[in-house]
Amino acid sequence: MHFGLSETQQAIKNSARQFLAAECPMPQVRRLMETETAFDTALWSKFAEQGWTGIIFPEKYDGFGLGMVEMAAALEEMGRALVPGPFISTVLLAGTLLDHAGNEEQKRKYLSAICRGEARSTLALLEQSASWDLDAVQLEGKGLPKGGSLPDGGYQLNGEKLFVSDAGIADFLLVAARIEGELAVLIVPGNAPGLEKMATPGMDLTRRLYRVSFTNVVASPESLLGRGERARQALEAALEVSCLGLVAEMVGGLQSLVDLTVAYAKTRKQFGRPIGTFQAVQHQCADMLALLEGSRSALYYAAWTLSENDPAARTAISVAKAYASEAYRDAGNKSIQVQGGMGFTWENDAHLYYRRAKASEIAFGDATYHRERIAQSLIDRQPSKREASLAAD
Amino acid sequence: MDLNLNPQETKFRDELRAWLQSNVPDDWERHRLSDSMEDRFQFLCAWQKRVYEAGWAGVAWPKEYGGRGASLMEQVIFTQEMAAAGAPPMANILGLALIGPTIVAFGTEAQKKRYLANILSGEEIWCQGFSEPNAGSDLAGLRTEALLDGDHFVVNGQKVWNSYGWAADWCALVTRSDPASQKHKGLTYLLVDMKSPGVEVRPLRQLTGESEFTELFFRDVRVPAENVLGAVGDGWNVALGTLAHERATLGVSAQIAMRRQLDRLVELSREMCRNGHRASEDPLVRQKLAQSYVENEVLRLNQMRAVSKIIQTGAPGPEGSILKIGWSEANQRFQATAQEILGPYAQLTEGSDLAIDNGAWSYSYLRARGNTIEAGTSEIQRNIIGQHVLGLPKSY
Repeated sequence: MHFGLSETQQAIKNSARQFLAAECPMPQVRRLMETETAFDTALWSKFAEQGWTGIIFPEKYDGFGLGMVEMAAALEEMGRALVPGPFISTVLLAGTLLDHAGNEEQKRKYLSAICRGEARSTLALLEQSASWDLDAVQLEGKGLPKGGSLPDGGYQLNGEKLFVSDAGIADFLLVAARIEGELAVLIVPGNAPGLEKMATPGMDLTRRLYRVSFTNVVASPESLLGRGERARQALEAALEVSCLGLVAEMVGGLQSLVDLTVAYAKTRKQFGRPIGTFQAVQHQCADMLALLEGSRSALYYAAWTLSENDPAARTAISVAKAYASEAYRDAGNKSIQVQGGMGFTWENDAHLYYRRAKASEIAFGDATYHRERIAQSLIDRQPSKREASLAAD
Repeated sequence: MDLNLNPQETKFRDELRAWLQSNVPDDWERHRLSDSMEDRFQFLCAWQKRVYEAGWAGVAWPKEYGGRGASLMEQVIFTQEMAAAGAPPMANILGLALIGPTIVAFGTEAQKKRYLANILSGEEIWCQGFSEPNAGSDLAGLRTEALLDGDHFVVNGQKVWNSYGWAADWCALVTRSDPASQKHKGLTYLLVDMKSPGVEVRPLRQLTGESEFTELFFRDVRVPAENVLGAVGDGWNVALGTLAHERATLGVSAQIAMRRQLDRLVELSREMCRNGHRASEDPLVRQKLAQSYVENEVLRLNQMRAVSKIIQTGAPGPEGSILKIGWSEANQRFQATAQEILGPYAQLTEGSDLAIDNGAWSYSYLRARGNTIEAGTSEIQRNIIGQHVLGLPKSY
């Protein structure tokens, strides 16, 4: 048994750290934060050169063919550096959807473009209900007759999507819709007529959210990625992979919070000595470390089960997301508290992580959502004989 | 990352599982809750003997001293499988988990030959004499003195919180052999025969009503100089070895015991009513059960990571020091959750026919209170993390 990164996995992590220290240091993060989309084309091209944009996809589609543990190791560093932009939206959400449900032609056209770093994308899933439950998808996709607005028929989309990350820079969107009552995913160009993208500014300044409305948006028959069970399975897979990647980022963010808080406690002096001398401060730092390491253990276990196609993966991902969601927020609180007034200033980096922690907590379901998922596997299994007899009474 | 067991580990696990299936006594739960402490101890001694005779005791101990000579991973598998099978604990738990490994690390050849096999068979039960009335968290302030007189040390002083002191044949005793010394210097680790003249054992009744612990009094107790473990004056280092084992090993069985209780709590929640429907259908109950599961999983995974780190590098990593806080505080939260979900019945104790599981839940609630104190308080553990892991300046 080896519970830890292999030499290769550690090398991936180390090189990601070095690369990001050079290419995306905090001043760069703050510069991008002030832009409209928090996106930088030059930086994205460098990600592609590193192979990150195709990290988990087959080489056949210009991917890098690595596994979930390697992905988590790289994402941990991105979260540590607070990398802005559409990595999770494009690579993990859209990429995984295409990889799971796309036909050969769709993969060659769209997945390869993502892997090569030529296209940005995202998933438009949530609606007014703000529910991560796939049954909540309502956006209407109407089948068009052949010889109508499109010679081969197709679909007409009407409705609204909310909390769509990075939609503003997406070359194409993957849209969850309902066609004749059936769940479906369609590929819609970012500039499709009738598609409107409005920024909805949120707490996390490094990642933009949008409201996307669809007014008679026409999609060709070839744009259908999948329907029914195929669409559901692909969406579930994309959400699991993305959730795992997000937890990896969260662990990296936690690491950063621990590092910057401990560094402050060692140097800031009050009452003539470093505040880190005081146990009230030491104990907060110790708790932050425990939150970090617990999140990290849960992350790599989840990554490993997913890479092994272990049926335990679903619950393991929920455990990691439930734990890290509260851990990251809590560590953000402690970090700012330990740094006192300095921690509450705009110039201090703690609030950037505190903001990211909140957005990450919400994305792909918060702790309450994932605890209910865990409860379903822990509680709602086959009742024991004794329970069955009690129920019969 | 590779969490699969290798063929040898798989074989070990399967053989152990098969043995446990036909050997774990099915009346342990009854003995646990209803026996007097002494009767229960006799039961556990018989069980340990059986485990020893079947060759499962001291999995990672060297073969030449009666162990199995297997890997640390197999030792962990042993602990996991024992707990998962609902097997009783070993009677000589301190000898097996703490003092034996310290003797393996620091003992002379003669000491290893003399003590180890008897620890494994349970023939000689051990307790440890570390804390004193005025040296608890500040263990290095201990004052029990051991003065050399010819080829013997003469021991005078008082120890406290000695688990199994009432059953022990031997005591691992940390003493101050240099009266002029301060703190960590001048300490000596002695192996003391509890039948020596001048040793007095007094039971210490704890808040659960039991007397797991004792106070030990030493009045001019003569201990042969050959019973020094490690070097004279190096007792602090030897004791740290024991404490490291304590932190590294206690967590595995604590986590699994908690998981078994959680599974039982889930079962009970399906049978119990709350607001007109099954408790297991109540959203708040579901959230709390799931949170207990999350915390338990994080404990399990932290523990696995720590073991893996010891196997790869020979030393526990930073995650090792957070295990103690982890299991002790998680268990207290879990016990509070269980009390809340089970409602008024959960407070009833053993002996009441209305008590759930014969009072197991009220007992475990009270017993858990000690978890954040025993084996180093949560405050001391946080100091250790702050100062020795994160490198913050010393506060005392």
